[in-house]
Amino acid sequence: MLRTTAAIVAGKTARVAARVRGGGSAMPGLVAERIDPQLLAHALSGVTDGIVVVTGTNGKTTTTKMLAAILRAHGKRVFSNPTGSNFTRGVVSAMLGDLPLSGRLDADVAVLELDEWHALQFAKVVTPTHALLLNVARDQLDRFAEIDTTAKLLGTLAATTSTGVVRNRDDSFVARLDESQFRPGVTMRWFGIDPEVADDLPPLHEADARFEDELAPPEPGPDDGMLHPRSAAEFSIRFGDNEIGPLVLRQRGLAAMINATAATTTARLVLGDAFRRELAEEALRAVTPPFGRGEVIDAGGFPLELVLVKNPAGFTVALGTYHAEPVTTMVAINDDYADGQDVSWLYDVSFASLRDKGVALTSGVRAYDMALRLDYDDVRVAAVEPDLDRALDRLISDHPAEPRRIFCTYTAMMRLRRLLAARYGLAGFGEEPA
Amino acid sequence: MTSKGTIDLVHLYPREMSIYGDLGNIRCLAQRIRRHGYDVRLHDHTPGSTLPDRPHLFMGGGGQDSGQSRVEDDLALIADRLRGLASDGTPMIMICGLYQLFGNAFVTVGGEELPGLGILDVTTRGNPTRMIGGIVLDTDHGEVVGFENHSGATVLSTGQAAFGRVRAGHGNNGSDGTEGAVTNHVIGSYLHGPILPANPRLADHLIARAAELATGRPFEPGDLDDSLADEARSRQIRRLLAA
Repeated sequence: MLRTTAAIVAGKTARVAARVRGGGSAMPGLVAERIDPQLLAHALSGVTDGIVVVTGTNGKTTTTKMLAAILRAHGKRVFSNPTGSNFTRGVVSAMLGDLPLSGRLDADVAVLELDEWHALQFAKVVTPTHALLLNVARDQLDRFAEIDTTAKLLGTLAATTSTGVVRNRDDSFVARLDESQFRPGVTMRWFGIDPEVADDLPPLHEADARFEDELAPPEPGPDDGMLHPRSAAEFSIRFGDNEIGPLVLRQRGLAAMINATAATTTARLVLGDAFRRELAEEALRAVTPPFGRGEVIDAGGFPLELVLVKNPAGFTVALGTYHAEPVTTMVAINDDYADGQDVSWLYDVSFASLRDKGVALTSGVRAYDMALRLDYDDVRVAAVEPDLDRALDRLISDHPAEPRRIFCTYTAMMRLRRLLAARYGLAGFGEEPA
Repeated sequence: MTSKGTIDLVHLYPREMSIYGDLGNIRCLAQRIRRHGYDVRLHDHTPGSTLPDRPHLFMGGGGQDSGQSRVEDDLALIADRLRGLASDGTPMIMICGLYQLFGNAFVTVGGEELPGLGILDVTTRGNPTRMIGGIVLDTDHGEVVGFENHSGATVLSTGQAAFGRVRAGHGNNGSDGTEGAVTNHVIGSYLHGPILPANPRLADHLIARAAELATGRPFEPGDLDDSLADEARSRQIRRLLAA
C-alpha cells in the first residue's frame, strides 16, 4: 500500500510538470507504472458496473467519448481516458487526476481507449468485463508489423473478456475472430451498417485475404445495432424493431455515425434494462467531437471541418460521407513518425469522389506527393503550398464564404488546430470539456 | 483520337500481395498508358485464375507472410509461363515480396529454404532487423526515390545486375550498396512509395517495352506533364540526401 501511495504521488507530480511544460499526456503514467505495475488493478478494483476496453485501428477516441457520454447520461460515474492517449500508461495518467491517495478509483464504470497492443497488456493486469472491437486496418505497420498480428491481438483480448464482446460485423478481421477461444457464456453483440445502405458505399474495410470466401456475418439480432443513415447528417440506429433516433451529431461524417452505432450497442449491453432510448439520444446529440476528428470550427461565419486521416480505411470512410454535398477541400500530408513515414497508403484510397469539385490546396511536407496522387485520379488541384500556415491563410482568404474541409495527418492536424485556435479563440488542448 | 493500340496489364495477386500501396503502380501505369494514347486492359490475377493469352506488362507487390504463403501454390502453377515471358522480354516490375519470390530462394530465419521462380539470380535470407525508411537510388532511368520496409536481406549472384546503386537508405541488404535486380526487362526492387508514380521515367520505360510488344511498332509517347512528379521526387531526394 505504501508503494501505491508513493506511485500516485510521484505520478501526480510528473503530471503537473508535464502540464506546465505543455508536454504529452502519456509521460506521467509511465512514471507511476514503473513504481507500481499493479496500480491499475488496484485502482480499478472498486469499479462495479463494468470495465470496458475500446480498441481497433480507427475511431477509438470518438467512440470512447460517445460511450462515456451515454453512460453518464444514465447517471453512471464514468472514468475514461478522453485525451486520445491510448496506451496503458495513458490510462494511468488520466486516472491520477481522479485518484484519491487510497489508490481506489471512485467510479461505477471504466471506459478505456487502448490501442491493440496496449489493450492486451492491460488485460494481463485487469480482466475487462466488456470489449468493443471496432476494426483492423493498416496503421503504423512498423509498430505492429503486420495486419494479421493486429487481428490476433484483438482475438486474444476478446478471449480474456469476462462478460460481453461487441464486434463490427462489416470488418472481416473482427467478424472472423475465433469464437471457440471466447470464454463460455460471454455475450456476443454486433454493430454495423444496414446491408441495404452498405451497397451504396465504397468498401470501407480491408478484406481479410487469408480466406477465399466472402465473409457472411450472422444476421443481425434484436440486440445488434444497425446504422441507417437518412442524409449526410441525420441517421438512426435500429435494434430489431426498436429505433434510436433519428438524430444529428455535432461531428460530421459517416465515420462518426458508425462510431455512435458501436457506442450505443455497447451501452445497451453494459446497462441492460437500465438503458433508456431518450437518454442515449440526448447524450449523442450533445457530445462534442474530439479535436480534429470531424470537428467543425466556425471560421468567419462559415464552417471549417478538420478531419484526421491516418490510414486507407479511415480516409476512405471520411471520403465516403453519405449523400454529402461538395465542399471546398484541402489535404495536408506530413510524414513524421506520428503521421506514418511511408505515404504509400495514399495510393490505396480512391479520390474519385473529389473529381467534380477538385481540391483547392494540398499542403504539408508531402504536398507535392499528394497533388501527384490526386492527378493520377484526375482530380484537379488548384494550388500546392507545402507551408501549413500559408496554406491555411490562403484557404480562408480565397474561400471565405463557403464550407471548407481539411483532411490532415496527425502532426498537420495539431499544427492547423493550433493556428485555428489562435485565430478564432478555440479551447486549447487539455482544456477540452468532458 | 484513335487508340495507338491496347496493352494487357497484369496485376499479380492484388488481394494477397499489394498491401503497402503497390496498387499505386497499377493506377500509375494504367493512367499513363491512357495518357500516352493507348488503351489498357487490366487483368487482376488471383490464385486459381488464368493468365491472358498475350500479356504485355506485369506488376506485383509486397504482402504479409500470410499473403505470401497463399500465392505460393498458384505461383508454382504459372511459373513456367512467367519464366518464358520473362526470357522473351516481357516487362515486369516486382516489388518487395514478389521480388523475393522471383529470386532463387528465400531462406527463413529458422534455416528453412523456400524455392523461388529463379527469374532473378538472387537469394534472400530472413533477417532479425527490419530495414525501414526513405531510399534514393541511381539507376539507368535516372534518380529513383521510394520507401523501403523489409526484413529480408537479398544478395545478388555473380553476374546478376542490380536495379540501382543506393545513395541513401539500405537497399538489398544494407551492406553492398546494391538495390534490386534487373534481367532482360524484369525489374525486382524493394521500393514502395509506391515506386512508379513519382518516378515516371521508370514507368515509361516499362510502358515503352509493353507498347512495342502490343503493337509491333516503336513506342509513340504522348506529351505528358510530369511537373508534379518531378517536384515531389526532387524534394524528397533533397531531404533524404541531406539527412
